[in-house]
This record gives sequence, C-alpha cells and structure tokens, in this order.
Amino acid sequence: MAGLELLSDQGYRVDGRRAGELRKIQARMGVFAQADGSAYIEQGNTKALAVVYGPHEIRGSRARALPDRALVNCQYSSATFSTGERKRRPHGDRKSCEMGLQLRQTFEAAILTQLHPRSQIDIYVLQADGGTYAACVNAATLAVLDAGIPMRDFVCACSAGFVDGTALADLSHVEEAAGGPQLALALLPASGQIALLEMDARLHEDHLERVLEAAAQAARDVHTLLDRVVRQHVREASILLGD
Amino acid sequence: MASVTLSEAEKVYIVHGVQGHTDILVGVKAEMGTPKLEKPNEGYLEFFVDCSASATPEFEGRGGDDLGTEIANTLYRIFNNKSSVDLKTLCISPREHCWVLYVDVLLLECGGNLFDAISIAVKAALFNTRIPRVRVLEDEEGSKDIELSDDPYDCIRLSVENVPCIVTLCKIGYRHVVDATLQEEACSLASLLVSVTSKGVVTCMRKVGKGSLDPESIFEMMETGKRVGKVLHASLQSVVHKEESLGPKRQKVGFLG
Repeated sequence: MAGLELLSDQGYRVDGRRAGELRKIQARMGVFAQADGSAYIEQGNTKALAVVYGPHEIRGSRARALPDRALVNCQYSSATFSTGERKRRPHGDRKSCEMGLQLRQTFEAAILTQLHPRSQIDIYVLQADGGTYAACVNAATLAVLDAGIPMRDFVCACSAGFVDGTALADLSHVEEAAGGPQLALALLPASGQIALLEMDARLHEDHLERVLEAAAQAARDVHTLLDRVVRQHVREASILLGD
Repeated sequence: MASVTLSEAEKVYIVHGVQGHTDILVGVKAEMGTPKLEKPNEGYLEFFVDCSASATPEFEGRGGDDLGTEIANTLYRIFNNKSSVDLKTLCISPREHCWVLYVDVLLLECGGNLFDAISIAVKAALFNTRIPRVRVLEDEEGSKDIELSDDPYDCIRLSVENVPCIVTLCKIGYRHVVDATLQEEACSLASLLVSVTSKGVVTCMRKVGKGSLDPESIFEMMETGKRVGKVLHASLQSVVHKEESLGPKRQKVGFLG
C-alpha cells in the first residue's frame, strides 16, 4: 500500500526500534511552582505537560458536588503549533473533549475519591506535540502523585498496533498515520487491572490477545520508568529538606 | 495547482521567568496564504494567545479567552506599523502567494508582568524563525508552480531589529515600578503599557487598570519605559545571539533542564 515499510524483514521499525521496544522516556515532576502538582514527560518526540489543582472546593455550581466522593475534572488541550498543520483551536473541539472524558474515566478508577468528598480535582493536560493518549496519562499520573493526591496505583498507558503478524508497542506518529489497528491501554500495574481500553480500526479477534499483551508489557515497562522518576524526585526533595 | 510539501518553520522559545515564575511558550509557523487585498505585496502575521488552564483553574474552557484576546489584540497593535517587521520579505508573488506567520503564544504559568514576557518571547521566536526559500516557476500555459529549495538550510530570516518590546509600568502609590510580580500588580491601581523599539522609539501606548493617572506621571512613566526598553532590548539581543552562536549543538533547555 504505502511505500513505507513499517516493519522490515529483520524486525526493525521505521525509527530503528524492535517490535516491543519503547521510545525514550524522560520525565520531571514539579515543574510549576503555582500548581498543586505538575509533571512533564517526553516520550520520543511527544511532549506532554500535566497540571493538577486540588482537592479544592467545587468551583461553579455547588449542586455538582458529590456527597461521598471527589469530582475529577479533566481538560485536554493541544498546543496550536504542535501538529504538522496548524491547529486552530487548542481545546473545545470534539477530539479534545473526548480525550478529556477518557482521562476522567481513567483517573476516576485510580484516584481514591472517597477520601475527599464534596471536593474537586482538576487535571489539565497540554500536549505540545501531535501524539497520543498514553503520554497524557503518564504525565497526569506523575502530576497527581506530585500533588499528593492518594491513588490506588500508578496509571501507566501505552499504545500498541499490529503489522505483518507482529504486535508493535508504543506507536510513533508515522505508525499511527499508516492506518493500521491501534490499541490504547491504561493499566494499573500492581493489580494488572485495566483502567481504559480503546481500539481503532479492524483487528481479528485471534490477534487481540497478542496485541493486548504487548501493550500490557509496555505499560509495565513504563511503570518501572515512572517509579524511578518518582523515587528520584522524592530523594531530591528530602535532600532539600535536609533529612 | 501548486503541489508542494510545506515545511514548517516552527521555532519554539521558552522564556523562563526567574522571579514570580512566568512561563511562556511561543511557536511560529509559516504557512502559504493569499495576501490581503489592501496590501498585495506583503505577507502578514497572525497572533493567537492561549491562556492554558495550567496557569490557573479559572482559565478552564473559555475562561482564558478574554485575557487571550486582550493580549493578542495588543500584539496586533504593536506590530501594526511599517517598521516593526518588513512584511515585503514575506511576499512570494504579489496578489497570489505570500507567507503568513502564525505566532502562537502559550501561557503556562502566570507570575506577573505578562505583556512584557510575551513580547520578549515573541521577538525571540521571530528572530529564530527560518522560512524556507521558495521560487515561483511559470510554465508556458501560464500556470504557476511553487518550488521549494532542496537544501533544508536554505531559508530566509526575519530582521527583528525594529520589533518592539512591551514595558509595563505599574503605578504604586506615588512611584512606579517595572517588571511587577503578582503581588505588586495587585497593589497597583493603574498601569501604563509602553511598546518600545531597540532605539527607544515608542510605537504604542496604553493605560490599563481601574485607577486614573496624572498626565505628569504618564510622561515620567513613558521616559522610564523608554530607558528600560533600550536596556531590555540590549540584553535580549546578547542572549539570543549567544544562543545562536552555540550552533546546533546547543543545549535545548526545556522543562527537563
């Protein structure tokens, strides 16, 4: 179909990675002083920034307050200069609203909302490069941890695809644009529970298990990395406190 | 029909504020467009300011639109004169094709003195912009084709000599201050925004705030603004030139730095 070969005969992808290999991940917590929690993550060329405010009193209509748990509010916005063709509106369009809802669903599963009744937790994610849901979720996890909001577990996300009988983990923009099946998975690593699963395009159900396993393994690898980032951050913070 | 792959000239500048933490990200994208009817030989600039919700939860949804529009309109005004940017360099073929520079400002953290920080970041981003060189080829039937140069480093740079920077002077009591933090801005009832070029020429001036200013104070503040503006331009020039001289091996300081 397209002249681009997504998986070579030797098993290398377009950017030279192996099928199950992740892109380089670099992350930093506490990038903003004003917010309660913030984090920045780079996964290959995708850069995501997440900011958390809360738990605080419900803003706007008091009627929305839930008597037994906190309200999680997410907004996803994408910088206008992030994609190849300039994007007109950073947020408010259908894709951004849908992403916001998906993030909300993911984090309601992970945050212990019963501990903060009648309050609101705001998660704002900014994607400064055309990319995927996975980087947003990973950044938001770190930001929620930075804010000190109790969570059931890390939420680690990764995407997966399927080309030539092989499951690929952590799709880059080129591989996504090629139009094959794509799976987005958000996992709580300790229990192995899935917080969100989304699949686009057609995939035969015989292959589903393999793709799911590739995504889950990649998410566990992401968890190892994020865990290291959090521990490093805590170590730095405790050194500053003089402990 | 012109068939050409547009290579974007996007440069991102992060201006980190030291005190008060004002964080701005500016991206410049060059796209092909049609010149405006009243200025057929020139390209133009379009500004868009996004006050993201990460600065404060009040900016969620459409909350940040008001401030964003205000800042964008101010940017349009300070660039709305012949000398700020030479728009004729952006023309490709008169009345048909020109470069449109979309300057997108992203406000990440608001720590006071927004207008100044944004104008500095915009100037630095425009300095850094590289627009690919194109040629218009006309064949026998008269249809035009736009050809992009093969060399990715063959590009035109904008001259930002005369791009102005905004200096905000906040009136506190009987004196005025520059580069106010959030707390200082809260104490100030009236401010003067002065747009100054590197030579000390004032291109635009605006009074903001609910208080009133004495005409004498306005003259004083304008003089201070011109003085501070010249110093600001000089330091910005040295910083961007130093960064430029480091070449492609320079450290890209981002949030990870």
